[in-house]
Amino acid sequence: MATGTNTMTKDTILKVEHLSMKFGGLMAINDFSFEARRGEITALIGPNGAGKTTVFNCITGFYKPTMGMLTLKRSNNKEFLLERLRDFEINKVAGVSRTFQNIRLFSGLTVLENLLVAQHNVLMKASGFTILGLLGLPAYKNAAKAAIEKAEYWLEKADLTDRADDPAGDLSYGAQRRLEIARAMCTEPELLCLDEPAAGLNPKESLTLNALLRGIRDEGTSLLLIEHDMSVVMEISDHVVVLEYGQKISDGTPDHVKNDPKVIAAYLGVEDDEVEEIEEKLEEGTI
Amino acid sequence: MANGYQNVQEDVMAKAVKEGAIAGIIAFLMFLVFVGIETYQDINNQLVWRTRWGLLAVFVIVAAVGRFLTVGFIKPHLDKRKLAKAKTGILEVSEEKSFFHKHFLKIALVFLLCYPFLAMMIFGRQGSLKYVDNFGIQILIYVMLAWGLNIVVGLAGLLDLGYVAFYAVGAYSYALLSAHFGFSFWLLLPMAGILAALWGIILGFPVLRLRGDYLAIVTLAFGEIIRLVLINWTDVTRGTFGISGIAKATFFGIWSFDTGTANNFAKVWGLPASSVYYKMFLFYIILALCMLTAYVTIRLRRMPIGRAWEALREDEIACRSLGINTVATKLTAFATGAMFGGFAGSFFAARQGFVSPESFVFLESAVILAIVVLGGMGSLTGIAIAAVVMVGGTELLREMEFLKHVFGPDFTPELYRMLLFGLAMIIVMLFKPRGFVGTREPTAFLRTRKAVSGSFTKEGHG
Repeated sequence: MATGTNTMTKDTILKVEHLSMKFGGLMAINDFSFEARRGEITALIGPNGAGKTTVFNCITGFYKPTMGMLTLKRSNNKEFLLERLRDFEINKVAGVSRTFQNIRLFSGLTVLENLLVAQHNVLMKASGFTILGLLGLPAYKNAAKAAIEKAEYWLEKADLTDRADDPAGDLSYGAQRRLEIARAMCTEPELLCLDEPAAGLNPKESLTLNALLRGIRDEGTSLLLIEHDMSVVMEISDHVVVLEYGQKISDGTPDHVKNDPKVIAAYLGVEDDEVEEIEEKLEEGTI
Repeated sequence: MANGYQNVQEDVMAKAVKEGAIAGIIAFLMFLVFVGIETYQDINNQLVWRTRWGLLAVFVIVAAVGRFLTVGFIKPHLDKRKLAKAKTGILEVSEEKSFFHKHFLKIALVFLLCYPFLAMMIFGRQGSLKYVDNFGIQILIYVMLAWGLNIVVGLAGLLDLGYVAFYAVGAYSYALLSAHFGFSFWLLLPMAGILAALWGIILGFPVLRLRGDYLAIVTLAFGEIIRLVLINWTDVTRGTFGISGIAKATFFGIWSFDTGTANNFAKVWGLPASSVYYKMFLFYIILALCMLTAYVTIRLRRMPIGRAWEALREDEIACRSLGINTVATKLTAFATGAMFGGFAGSFFAARQGFVSPESFVFLESAVILAIVVLGGMGSLTGIAIAAVVMVGGTELLREMEFLKHVFGPDFTPELYRMLLFGLAMIIVMLFKPRGFVGTREPTAFLRTRKAVSGSFTKEGHG
């Protein structure tokens, strides 16, 4: 690349460089750069309106960024520039899957069907783009069977096996969140982006979610998540990036970020000039 | 306790009288001008008016007494029954279905296969024409059209108000290709389907970005464009005169149904000459075409493309996030739906022997869409029932001679059929807002196949 900044290390899965997003006169994201590493849970946090979901929408192709480069590196060393892919190709080709802040399930389809829809591209190929499948060839039948087995595996993981044949709209809120994650995982992504997965969950559900996310990471899928619930962020993330007013203010391990005065200021809402004061106090150890 | 019960009953009666009186007053005010006063032309061709107090009184009394009976007797009775049922503690929903319910589809298919012969046995050779043609074939054409539109509207959730355009493309492809090249019905049938599918894709491309109301309006415009082209491109389509003398379908080229040919069906089999054989033959063709549509729809629903259609109806954004190419998915839905419309169109041309733009007006699209909505979007059985009710119903209303006894000898039931039809539709939608069959059959299941309640499925936003 011309800039020469694109030296992705071996364990980087997603590299966001100089990302800017403008809505009319509003600069929602301003020159934002960060890296997510393979096999890690990276959390993107920040106060309300900081631009976290905008970053997500840029990565997953729902917005075209005004400026910047989003590079994704798959495990076979192929690199994709996400901002140049068409919306559905980001999942199909680049292997990036996402969930939504306001859950988007196929509520009139059963839980199992939701997971089968997620395997659309695999099944489509197996059915010879419908033509061979219409003739009832065994190749498609086997693929359909394998798809159901994979769905069963994720149902088990998300603790939804008993509800497999119920409509997705009938599930409780927590179960819907888990189903959305299971559905995203059925596309076999390399990077799973979760937009506030713990929003609206009770503490017990939060704990099961943590276990589910750790399980996903341990199976080799990298995660990128937006979260407000600090107990979830600090508990499970390996790497935290903090965003405020569309700009990065901190980047590092959970412990590092937790003690960063800028982050504290952003979350407690102090004036800019007070940040220095807090910094001094921190050094003195009075906070 | 007994006293209290009596009080409740008195309250109910008082309420019933009150509501009855209110209903009577409202009816009086509403119908005073519409029913109470009639205008007519006198002998000098002047418009004069006279009053019809008697008829107005009938309307008011019916409203008042009806409301009184509903509030005073029917509702308490129903409530009591519901209460008694609740006390037994058994849920009303029973898993057991009656024999008829369970085997409904098989019974319906057997009935359809025997239908032309039954009609011939009961009404004789010429008498059965009406039942095979006006009822049988007419209803089945609409069943097929509605099943075709169901793929676009019911499954993919794309509101298409111009579906009749594909019907027209199919009919005119048959008429023109048959007239110019003399191709046979069996060659033209698939060709008409493919041509209509092509038009489906041509329509699909510009409207892909539109959703909901906007999509509906553009498809409506597309339907009108096709019709206006058919009217104005007189060199090819002969405009409003239409194309007549379209070749009849043959029995796979073995027997012909044209009178005077050597291999005429009736002549070969030594049967008395009658057009009923052709009608019966057409009946079985359209029945086979309907079965093909149903088979393909059922198979497609269990394939990834069918699931993607339904997923698209539920949530398009989620589809994109799962790597589904929504553009291609929408185009296939348009093309598949249009293809069946084209099949139906070419059949229509062969059956009528005449096509003109008059047959492809917006009302046709509206009726087909109404059948899909009334039947329950996505449900083949529901749509078939709705087609029987709507198309058969309007045909039956032509023959409502007994209504003359109610409204006097001047009453012409044919003129009121659209009104009655609209009324019936409103009533059905009030009681069955999701159509006759509101539930959705899942396409795959792990342990038990459970129908999905209509309250979860979405109508799609375009």
